[in-house]
Amino acid sequence: MTIDRRSFLKMTAGAGAAGVLYGCASTGPSGSTADVMPKTGRRVVVVGGGYGGTIAAKYIRMMDKNIEVVLVERNDHFVSCPFSNLYIGGLMKDLSPLTIRYDKLAANHGIKLLQAEVTGVDAASRTVVTSKGTLKYDHLVLSPGIDFRTEEVKGYDIATTPEVIPHAWKAGPQTVLLRKQLEAMPDGGNVVLSIPLAPFRCPPGPYERTSMIAMFLKQHKPKSKIIVLDANPDIVSKKGLFLKGWKKHYEGIVDYRPAKKVTEVDARSKTVLVEGLEDVRGAVVNLIPPQRAGQIAVAAGLVGADKNWCPVNPTTFESTIHKGIHVIGDACVAGAMPKSGYSANSEAKACATNIVNMMNGREIVDFSGINTCYSFLSAKEAVEVTGVYKVDKEKNTIIAVPGTVGVSPDLSELEAIYAESWLKNILIEMST
Amino acid sequence: MRIKAIQWALSAAVLAMSASAFSAPPTPAMLSNACAGCHGTHGESAGPSMPALAGQSKISIVESMKGFKSGERPSTVMGRLSKGYSDAEFEAMGEFFSRQKPFTTSQTLDRAKVAKGAELHEKNCARCHVENGKEIKDNSPVMAGQWVKYLEIQMADYHSGKRKMFDRKAERMKPLSQSDLDAIAHFYASVK
Repeated sequence: MTIDRRSFLKMTAGAGAAGVLYGCASTGPSGSTADVMPKTGRRVVVVGGGYGGTIAAKYIRMMDKNIEVVLVERNDHFVSCPFSNLYIGGLMKDLSPLTIRYDKLAANHGIKLLQAEVTGVDAASRTVVTSKGTLKYDHLVLSPGIDFRTEEVKGYDIATTPEVIPHAWKAGPQTVLLRKQLEAMPDGGNVVLSIPLAPFRCPPGPYERTSMIAMFLKQHKPKSKIIVLDANPDIVSKKGLFLKGWKKHYEGIVDYRPAKKVTEVDARSKTVLVEGLEDVRGAVVNLIPPQRAGQIAVAAGLVGADKNWCPVNPTTFESTIHKGIHVIGDACVAGAMPKSGYSANSEAKACATNIVNMMNGREIVDFSGINTCYSFLSAKEAVEVTGVYKVDKEKNTIIAVPGTVGVSPDLSELEAIYAESWLKNILIEMST
Repeated sequence: MRIKAIQWALSAAVLAMSASAFSAPPTPAMLSNACAGCHGTHGESAGPSMPALAGQSKISIVESMKGFKSGERPSTVMGRLSKGYSDAEFEAMGEFFSRQKPFTTSQTLDRAKVAKGAELHEKNCARCHVENGKEIKDNSPVMAGQWVKYLEIQMADYHSGKRKMFDRKAERMKPLSQSDLDAIAHFYASVK
């Protein structure tokens, strides 16, 4: 049965009291409110083809072939943020080692792909609105990643500022732009890196980026340095190891300044303002804006009291706001788990397991997850942080199992070898 | 249709009771799937330094995890990660991976090294690593088809004394040169 535009609107109008249809106005004029893939049996729709979404889609199909899975993603490929700092530092020729496509994943597991932009979700009628039409679901998994709270940086225009002052915090063209700017920069010019207040995607990421840019400068622009303006009172992750690495390799190149929150930007003069007072100008400016859950999660009314992140049940990852919608990855509040690719991978599997359990009337199974996250300090040395995570039933949140959270004892070439294998494994898991 | 409605009612009821308060302990799959981010789906590792776990023997996985946890076996991340699990959970994970279809890695091997490694294996290793490393004896692991890089890292740990070995293994291994160990790694990796 195909729902035409009129009956869809009627239906959503009826549901209007209980749930709001978001973003209806942005659906195109060419009949895009028509059901793009009429639902015949049990169906899960997964939105977002990154570290979380690919895995959720795959594991649902691996565990129950009788559930139809539709993966909706606006791009035909995905570029990994993990390891993209190595490209920026010049250790990779291009982004191909970080790029996956979805064809093998879809063929191997019978996942239906829909390349479309999701513009709205109606929780009450369990309908997703996309640029190509609507989709009905029994369960919806949102793995939308992050978007930026640009309104907190005066002068930042989301359409134009990143073209001059890249954030490079979503891998792809932004990553390429930052590297091009570094290459084109005159020797002696300074790089300014601005880090937002935590929580943000990938806690050690900005400090790995500092290391990789410093490595690039040491080699190619020996008169240049990198000024790091960190809004946080101190280095957020792997502090001792980053300080050790900077002292060992980049003495005089890294100028780290804690508690420097950038509140304003002037793209034309490549200047940032700290607390509206102190001007810092760079030949290259890499401003990483403060973050929140990806736009679709915000539009669907899934963010909590902080207006930024999505509260979820720690076992099923079902939103505590709207039933039937599960949020995984950077966008959700996963207790003690950091916002990392590996966390998203683990969350996706637990979410998939319990969606399959719910759809088959079986008992929910407790969450057990892992995080392992590598950072490079130089071309050959890496460090990592680990953790095993479980649910504390009394506190109803995800906690780290004592003794499992820790970092490498030192900078290590062996860790770099393991890091390379980590990347291979996790990207192949996502794409096959 | 009716069954489906009942299923829905059931799942809604489970949810209403607050999922985490009335949930079952992690299943072997829940525990083991989390490992796949590094070890590949079902333990089919695509990264040369991470061992494939698919088809590995249960006892070898359990013993490895216990060794990581006690610190007896050197590691980078595994020492910390192993502390997240009980012995019963090690058993569950060992069982899970041992039941997966054995996975043979696809890698470029040096023919001369494979031939030399076969001879060295016959002379030094074959008494315990039976059937060319395909089968297990006591708690020795399955090594056939494993990644060369992973095997090299393990042998380097033994050779340097970082990882303890029992006397009979030490007697055999200590006199071997680096190129001998390299050849042995290539040999085991080649066994299908």
